[in-house]
Amino acid sequence: MKQSILPLSVENLVYHADRSNLVDDLNFKLETGPRTILLGPNGAGKSLTLRMCHGLLQPTSGAVSWRGRNASNDLLREQAMVFQRPVLLRRSVIGNITYALALRGINRTHRTRRAVEALDRTGLGAMAQRAARRLSAGEQQRLALARAWALTPQILFLDEPTANLDPAATRQVEDIISAMHLAGTKIVMTTHDIAQARRLADEVLFLHHGQLLERSTAEHFFNEPRSEEARAFLKGELLW
Amino acid sequence: MDNLSQALNAATRLIVTFDRDLAEIVFLSLRISLTAVGLAALIGLPIGAALAVLRFPGRRTLVVVLNALMGLPPVVVGLIVLLLLSRAGPLGVLGLLFSPAAMIIAQTLLTAPIVAALTRQIVEDLWTEYEEQLRSLGASPGRSIWTLLWDGRFSLVTAVLAGFGRAASEVGAVMLVGGNIDHVTRVMTTAIALETSKGNLALALGLGIILLSLSLVINGAVYLAGDAAKRAHG
Repeated sequence: MKQSILPLSVENLVYHADRSNLVDDLNFKLETGPRTILLGPNGAGKSLTLRMCHGLLQPTSGAVSWRGRNASNDLLREQAMVFQRPVLLRRSVIGNITYALALRGINRTHRTRRAVEALDRTGLGAMAQRAARRLSAGEQQRLALARAWALTPQILFLDEPTANLDPAATRQVEDIISAMHLAGTKIVMTTHDIAQARRLADEVLFLHHGQLLERSTAEHFFNEPRSEEARAFLKGELLW
Repeated sequence: MDNLSQALNAATRLIVTFDRDLAEIVFLSLRISLTAVGLAALIGLPIGAALAVLRFPGRRTLVVVLNALMGLPPVVVGLIVLLLLSRAGPLGVLGLLFSPAAMIIAQTLLTAPIVAALTRQIVEDLWTEYEEQLRSLGASPGRSIWTLLWDGRFSLVTAVLAGFGRAASEVGAVMLVGGNIDHVTRVMTTAIALETSKGNLALALGLGIILLSLSLVINGAVYLAGDAAKRAHG
């Protein structure tokens, strides 16, 4: 068993741009286990926070650390991220997965086997040889998830993965996320969709204007939100 | 008008009779320009892609210089290669002046900046789409460059074709370093220049028509091949 890279600690995280703090002094710690949903209206700083956690974006100040260690290539190997718009290479469906596995230094025979497994788990087994860019939007996002799953990350970041999908495709994507969670991957996902957060969240971090206003278990958050902003957001009022 | 119909006649006659001198000129032209563009692609594709992906001080300046080099006057390139390869020049010992090799060198220098500059633009656009995903997957800069070149292959063909167009159509550089020696370094463009200066307008135009047709055939073939591949891979 590999050693866990979690917990992930975020301390005094700030992202400054255009004369304001888009992420404003965040502090939290993410443990193995519960599915964590970063919830909040558009512009709350959810995506920026996710990118800084994953190391794609350099914070203006503050720190992200994994069990006290700073970001490194070794730690990145234990992480994966799925974006709002799936970025697929101009290769076959299976080629997209074997490419990612090759980057992790997996040898050729193992690559194919793991790719086939990941495609089967996500219902794309029959499409292995199709051109990835010719898939429907829902299939493309499932492929992005299959690619992430094939890497067997300890933690998976998802940035509004269903924002561009219809309900049927959303359902399939959520099922895959749940399956990965059951297989032991820590899920950290952003969404502005309250219903989706209800379906998937074990714990909620509620962000607004770059600040963490509330953190609680899903049950607590949806039944008795503490902050006024969260109450308004859950009632469907428009926050800005 | 008279000249045009005469030119068409001359061209048809040359092609139908498969004139041996003409065939020699055509094949030499193709050999030189295709080799030069091949070399230019080997140089220009990685340099252009690296310039698109890597961030280093002076990068912007380099991009501007590269874009400016697209407009290099062929005569100037010819002159520089002439000076380098001339008996007294630094590379004079190689004895390459007035040989097809010298012409290939000149055309490579002329077309590599075109391939590199267009590649830089194409790959940079692709990089904005791919950057986060590739970094997330842990791709090194070198690996990213290779991936972007491969994924941009259909668009990059156009960059290489632009280089070929330049090589096949220029006359100044090959004239200076090749010398337009019959049966040795005479290519289509230098032959056209010669026939025109001799007043053989019909023959010159005939050669021009053949050059144009060849260019059309090559571009058409590449387009069709690319289109088929694109349909297969998205």
